[in-house]
This record gives sequence, structure tokens and C-alpha cells, in this order.
Amino acid sequence: MLLERVNEVLSTIYDPEIPALSVIDLGMITAVVPNGDDSVVVHMIPTYAACPATSFIQKMIKEQLQEKLTDVHCEVVVDTDIHWNTNRISELGKQRLKEAGIAPPPKVTSEVDREMLLGIPCPRCGGVNTFLQIPFGYTLCRAIHFCKDCNQSFEQFKPVAND
Amino acid sequence: MKQGTINFIFKTADDSFIFGHRNSEWTGLGPFIEEDIAFASMAQDKIGHAWVLYKMLNEHAGLDDAEKLAFYRDINDFRCAHLLELPNGEYDFSLVRHFLFDEAEFLRYDLLLNSSFAPLAHMAKKFKGELKYHTMHAESFLIQLGQGNADSNTRMQKALEAAFPYALGLFESYEGENEVIADAVFPGEEILKNKWLERIAPIIEQANLKMPDLSTQPVFGGRQKQHTEHFAPMMHEMREVSSTDPNATW
Repeated sequence: MLLERVNEVLSTIYDPEIPALSVIDLGMITAVVPNGDDSVVVHMIPTYAACPATSFIQKMIKEQLQEKLTDVHCEVVVDTDIHWNTNRISELGKQRLKEAGIAPPPKVTSEVDREMLLGIPCPRCGGVNTFLQIPFGYTLCRAIHFCKDCNQSFEQFKPVAND
Repeated sequence: MKQGTINFIFKTADDSFIFGHRNSEWTGLGPFIEEDIAFASMAQDKIGHAWVLYKMLNEHAGLDDAEKLAFYRDINDFRCAHLLELPNGEYDFSLVRHFLFDEAEFLRYDLLLNSSFAPLAHMAKKFKGELKYHTMHAESFLIQLGQGNADSNTRMQKALEAAFPYALGLFESYEGENEVIADAVFPGEEILKNKWLERIAPIIEQANLKMPDLSTQPVFGGRQKQHTEHFAPMMHEMREVSSTDPNATW
């Protein structure tokens, strides 16, 4: 019961840099550990080592939980044992990225290579006649591609591996 | 933590920190907007990596916190290689330096996956995934400009010749390296250098460029805390805000 209430709040906390995705969609939550009925510890991980939003998101989660679950004591800790990678993004998250005009990352099975960034389907027209313009975008997690079918550039949430 | 390992982490962190700052100087000045964004993003990653490494020294060796190590440490205690403190110069030099350094960084973290010092082995995984995009960026522009026209090829070759002796200086030995190797914290700069040469040679060839003379005398000194004339003014600029108001928060 407590778990469901916490998850419900977490699914309404959005990434400040990609407001289409909640911290759950992004796979930033590694564990929700209840202690009895009135206390919970949420474990989270940053996306990038240099993500400037990590402590901001940590604070935001704590504030939101505190505000919406007034009868529960909440702690939010940063998990240092688990590394984030883009395979952690949920199917719903990928769908939401697409709707926001950002191509979702392909699944990474080993190291990311240049091939993986070619022919990324355009989130606007669905065309695959696309090429990578630059492996960096307006935030650390995005790359910029160009679609030759609709003649426009588009962003991609770029795949990131961690082993 | 043994002193050799501390020295190793310091020099690795200082390289990232100083190069992060140099990369950030391209913000607003890149040859086109995507390059502006690329160098700014890489700057953010580098400074993030430095932050993680300084934090490791704080948590595992009991040294000052990361902010203090970066902004308040005596500048005569920095061990970055000269390659990274040189001014950005023209875009061709910046690009070649980025290529030479990031290929070495990527391999350094690849070797660190097997480090006996668990926090380094753990972070290496994450850094490697991020650095992949730095090498991808460097390679794609090096190849495009090397294969471009006579002018771009000549400029890239000249930049490569100029940066190469400094790049060899990345692999300068440091105090305690023998201990670091014996303890299997890191297999050593010489092994890294050989892997690096093997890795960059075919990319340089693909870019229609010539590998510089390998017998070139490397520019050493950074690991012994000696620096170029460019270092102190850069540190002064980096610390302008923190030295004006040490308690500022942002």
C-alpha cells in the first residue's frame, strides 16, 4: 500500500531537462524501501556523472513525497552501487520521448558504436533516411540528427552503455 | 590509500578539470553552433569526471572536499599534463588535442575496469560509456577535415605535429608509479601509451594524415608539478569568483 502511494508520487516527478519523462520512466529509481507503514527510503541514481540536476532532483523527490504523503517520513539517498544506462528507460518512457519529438535510444547490448547512431527513425515522419549531425545536443543526454525525408533536424536521447 | 594511488588519482582528475575548462572556452566561439554545443557538453562531462575523482580522494584518503581541491588547492600542487593547459589556439589544434587526449582517456578507463582499487574500477564503467561520445566526436571531425581539401589536410597535419610531443607527455611517470603498478591499481603509463599508439595510428591513416615521428622528444613536467606560462593565468581566471567570495553559493 505504502509502496503504491510512493510510486504514484514518483511517477509525477519529471526530469527538469526532459519534462516528458518521470524519474520512474527514466529508470532513475533503484529501490523504494518501506520501513513499517510510516517511513520510506527512496534510492536514486544520476543519469550522467556530471548531471547538474542530480541534487536538484533528489531535493524535488523529497519535497514532493513530503508534501503529498504527509503521514510518511521520507528519505532520498543517491545509490552509488548501480550505474544508470539507457536500457533502464521504460517502454512507456520511450513512447513519451517519441511523442515529445525526441527519438528514443536503441537498446544497447555491448559498447555503443557509430553504427548504432545511423538511420535512427525520425520522430516526426518516421523516415529512416537520417544521419547523425553531432553526438551532442542541448543537454548531455541528447544527440542531434538530420532527417532527409522531412528536411529537418531532430533530437535523439542517445544510447549510453556502462560496461 | 597509498601515496602512489593518491598521485595517480590527482593527475587524472587534474587533467579532466583543466581540459574541461579549456573546452568550456569554446562556448560561443565554435566554428558553427553544433561545435559550440559539443565542446560545452564535453566540458561538462570532464568537469563532472574531475569532481567524481576529487570526491574519491576526499572519501577514501581523507583529503579536502572536491570543491576545495579544485578551487583552493595551491596551484603549485597541480599535476595536469602540459597538453591540456595550452591555450585553445585555432580550432584545428583544439580538435587534434581533443582527439589525442580522449583516445588516451578512453583507454585509461578501459584499463581501470580491472583496477584493484574498487572505487576506480566501478567509476571506470560509467566514464567509459560517456567518453565513447567524446572519441566518436573527435574521430568524425578528424577524418572529415583530414580527408577534406588540401588546406584542411595541411592544417590538421600541422596541428598534429604541434600537439604530438605534448600528447606523449600524458604518459610521463609520476612519483609512486611503481607502487601503483605493483598493487595492480593501474598497469602503468608505458602500457597505456603503447595501446594508445596502436589505437590512433589507423584513425590517423584513415584521415589521410601522417603519423608524427615517434622518436620526438615528449614534453614532460606536468606530472612533476611544473607548468607552462599559460597555467597560472588560467587558474587565476578559473578562481576569480571563488577568490572574490569564498563562501559564494550557486
